[in-house]
Amino acid sequence: MNVSFFKVASFLYLVGTLTYFSYLIFLKEGLSKASVGIITAGFASHTLALLARYAEAGYTPVTNLYESLSFYAWMIVGILLVANLKYKIKVLGAFLSPVALVLMVAALALPKEIVPLAPVLKSVWHPFHVIFAFMGNAIFALAFCCGVMYLIQEHQLKSKKIGAITERLPSLKVLDDLNYKCLTYGFPLLTLGIITGAVWAEYAWGRYWNWDPKETWSLITWFLYAALLHQRLTVGWRGRKAAIMAIIGFLAVLFTFLGVNLLLPGLHTYANW
Amino acid sequence: MELVVIGLNHRTAPIEIRERLAFPQDQIEEALRRAKALPSLKENMILSTCNRVELYAASRHTEQAISDLKNFVASYHNLPLKEFDRALYTFTGEEAVKHIFRVASSLDSMVVGEPQILGQIKDAYNASAQSSASGLILHRLLHRAFHVAKRVRTETGISNSAVSVSSVAVDLARKIFEDLAGKTVLLIGAGEMCELAAQHLVSGGIDKVLVTNRTFERAITLAQHFQGEAIVFQEMTTGLRRTDIVISATDSSHYLLAHDQVSKVMRDRKQKPLFFIDIADPRDIEPRVGEIENVYLYNIDDLQKVAYENMRGREKEAQKAEATVQEEVVKFVQWYRTLDVTPTIVALRKKFEEIRKRELEKTLSLHPNLSDKEKRSLESMTSAIVNKILHEPLTFLKRSNEDAVSDLYLDTLQTLFRLQERSQETFEEAPSEEDERPESNDLP
Repeated sequence: MNVSFFKVASFLYLVGTLTYFSYLIFLKEGLSKASVGIITAGFASHTLALLARYAEAGYTPVTNLYESLSFYAWMIVGILLVANLKYKIKVLGAFLSPVALVLMVAALALPKEIVPLAPVLKSVWHPFHVIFAFMGNAIFALAFCCGVMYLIQEHQLKSKKIGAITERLPSLKVLDDLNYKCLTYGFPLLTLGIITGAVWAEYAWGRYWNWDPKETWSLITWFLYAALLHQRLTVGWRGRKAAIMAIIGFLAVLFTFLGVNLLLPGLHTYANW
Repeated sequence: MELVVIGLNHRTAPIEIRERLAFPQDQIEEALRRAKALPSLKENMILSTCNRVELYAASRHTEQAISDLKNFVASYHNLPLKEFDRALYTFTGEEAVKHIFRVASSLDSMVVGEPQILGQIKDAYNASAQSSASGLILHRLLHRAFHVAKRVRTETGISNSAVSVSSVAVDLARKIFEDLAGKTVLLIGAGEMCELAAQHLVSGGIDKVLVTNRTFERAITLAQHFQGEAIVFQEMTTGLRRTDIVISATDSSHYLLAHDQVSKVMRDRKQKPLFFIDIADPRDIEPRVGEIENVYLYNIDDLQKVAYENMRGREKEAQKAEATVQEEVVKFVQWYRTLDVTPTIVALRKKFEEIRKRELEKTLSLHPNLSDKEKRSLESMTSAIVNKILHEPLTFLKRSNEDAVSDLYLDTLQTLFRLQERSQETFEEAPSEEDERPESNDLP
């Protein structure tokens, strides 16, 4: 049941992403509306998938790689829909929805069986930890897209190539503002994710901090964003520098999330996948 | 009924002639009244802008109408026809339809794609409608033209891009700052060039104007003009700290602003973006300034290049637009060809005759035993009924041939009796939402 909903959601994200791309090319208003509609439908199906899995498994379904990828993609699409409501950046989806789509496709290739929960994961802290951490990471995915768009737009303006690309991308100011806004929301969420994780670790493993690779890397990520926030507020790091930092920060997020699981086994590795 | 256009524009006539033949806005209604008095014209409209003077008319006597219109223009402006006859172009029928569609879509404009012309046509049409100079044909023609213009604007990118140096500068500013409201511009130099460029930014929404100039008095004068603030030339860097956009146009023979100077200013500004527009020749700002982070530097050549590229883009879009126009011309002509008395009468008779024959056959097949005489009398009775029914309307049509209202009756007949498959769209357009809507956002 939950896997069927998940597959429907993946399919809708694929169609939605392609519609976004075609909007990016043809700039037809109808395509923009259609893509938002399709992605919203995908999000609804994805939500059902998560709820169904929660009902079947009896725990927050973020315990193995498949579930984590799915949950992360769900958060990213959620953030995209919120950003669509608040900002008039219609091309945003063309950059953000492919990120979600890639995560979905990766998840599709993984084993999806519901397995009995490892005892260590049974905790009231588990849902808080994953929701904070993934929401923060999803917002950083948005910041990453803003960074990429900023670098492209800035390059066009600096090299004086004014044309189709300049026309399609939002102004530097809008992109930089959104980048900053992401930081002000994402950073506290990441901090909360780490704190709730530490508290949970105290319950589960008896120590707040174990220096396992996941913890180490999230700390590195945290420092990267803390540095960006600091530089931004004190010496006015903005624009290009902030965009590059948002991109580096997101790569650190991805490594903390995926690279650590795949390359550096530790306490956070709960299943083979 | 035939559509007739005579006129001249920026391509066929020099400004001196266009000026002499222009109809001032406040005299249009008077002119329309005088044109209406000409017996050859059923409907008329005058479009007079700084680039074109055109008279539109619907008439049953095309040749007469053309010469009447020409003489009307000559006598109205007291200019002998031979002095401007060569500049005049004349279109009738399909060509005339195509012409107004192209004009409304801004395909015939000096700068292709500039939207002002549509507003001007709307004004011309309103004047004509108000003085009851327009009837069914012009009414529908113009509404169709507005529709075509809208289609062209939304379906092609003909007016998307900026094609003048000043509007390119405003566009670029918007791509950097998003909104010009709350932004400041610093003018270096108080000459005409600076003033002109600043004017565009101010109408784009910029809030504050700072002016600096070697001769301080001139800075003060220009600053007052924009309700801005004058800055002593030696204090230019204070101005740089406070501004978002810089327009420089002095006749200085060396760079006024160097890389290091601007670098330092950027530190003081906490890297807030700065947009330099250097329209001076030779240049005022060292080109390397453009390499500084968060600084954008465009000189006059850069802006011209963008404007030129955009212009070429428009021309490409214009080709797409021509196809749209052609499509609409065909639809419109189909409709207005039906507005002739003779074909309408023929079609009406044919329709009634078909109905009569069909019904008669049905009846005869129900009664196979009728004698020939009986059949003949049924035949003549049905014919008589059809003729009697048609008699009054047909006599009326023939008699009203010369009236402007006859178009209305013809159109009604065509519609009520479905005399031919006509473009439903053209038919439905007339009373639709586009009526009376001024679309003020088209106007400059």
